[in-house]
Amino acid sequence: MGTPRILEVRTKILKKNDETARAMRHQFESLGLLVVNLVSSPGTGKTSFLLETLRRLRDRGETVAAIVGDLETDNDARRLAASGAPVRQIMTHGLCHLEADMVERELADWNLAEFGYLFIENVGNLVCPTSWDLGEHVRLALLSVTEGEDKPLKYPGLFNTADVAAITKCDLATACDFDRARALTNIESVRPGMTVFETSAKTGAGLDDWLDYLANRRDALGKPASTACP
Amino acid sequence: MAIFQAEDSCAKARIDSPWVTLHRYYRGSPPVPATALLAKALPVHELSIATSVLTTASDLALEHGASRVLSITLRIGRLTCVHEEALRYSFELIRAGTPSAEATLTIIPVPVRIWCPTCENEQDLSGIQHLACPMCGTRSGDIRAGRELDIESITLDTPDNETPDGHTTHS
Repeated sequence: MGTPRILEVRTKILKKNDETARAMRHQFESLGLLVVNLVSSPGTGKTSFLLETLRRLRDRGETVAAIVGDLETDNDARRLAASGAPVRQIMTHGLCHLEADMVERELADWNLAEFGYLFIENVGNLVCPTSWDLGEHVRLALLSVTEGEDKPLKYPGLFNTADVAAITKCDLATACDFDRARALTNIESVRPGMTVFETSAKTGAGLDDWLDYLANRRDALGKPASTACP
Repeated sequence: MAIFQAEDSCAKARIDSPWVTLHRYYRGSPPVPATALLAKALPVHELSIATSVLTTASDLALEHGASRVLSITLRIGRLTCVHEEALRYSFELIRAGTPSAEATLTIIPVPVRIWCPTCENEQDLSGIQHLACPMCGTRSGDIRAGRELDIESITLDTPDNETPDGHTTHS
């Protein structure tokens, strides 16, 4: 028989993921590449929002790329490829979120120095992606006007770990009786001080502000976080 | 780890865009053969977390020459969206055949704690929906606790010939 031995481990459960993510973030920064992780429930309009983001950044002369995660199908990658940007699909075959090593493998044969912005569209899920750092600089939580104003209260963890939020499909707000003030109050409640972009991929509303925000964040890469965070 | 191109859909995708490439993922080096694949096949993130915990415990047991892991203590913050019962269930599901097969799992929930700039002290919150001081109502996003996803301690059944610094006396 052996002797019980208590080890005070005090380590992160997802230490390996966190280390991979940190190393990637460092690499991205050294290349001047801003990486954005988009998280929301399925149907919020992540892909439409991202398609417009890619198009408009390219119109501004920026070089952009995207990775999109789904359980199955490459439909989203095909849609996003219409922007002209390089796009890759990760099919997780059941896994409910992306992890850092999946992104790392996907990027292995990409020349990241060619890009100024990389977007990672996470698997549509308001719970699971919360704990996995993908090496991003900006985590964007999206909420559509069709989902109900109380989504942030129902899923506070996801909104709380995000840096900024976007309300999507604002062109449908009237038809959905969307209570804008209540939605903003709920976001403020779970993440005080969070910057919120009110957008429509259809009309383009709010997207210029979003792109300006990204440009500022990219300019601030490698500088102290206090100047970069909202 | 191997990446395979999904030939059929990829060929079709190329028609739409030369840029779209498809990769199928097969997870590499599972810490527990077969069961790790199970963890990756079910849409529950607690399975991924349980896999990470078991991997850490197995690595430590190997490092210290322990035959068994007796207990594992975790600290899980309320903001992590990790469900205790789902984590316990996942742990039970995949631990067979690992050194942690009979380990006791203790989960210490950590409430959200914010810094209140008005009261000038830290306050524990009873929930996670309203990040405001329970004493004065001031909203605060200055989170001091509640995001923990930590292994606090692991108790190993170590061989008697192990020295206090954690290394076995025989190589």
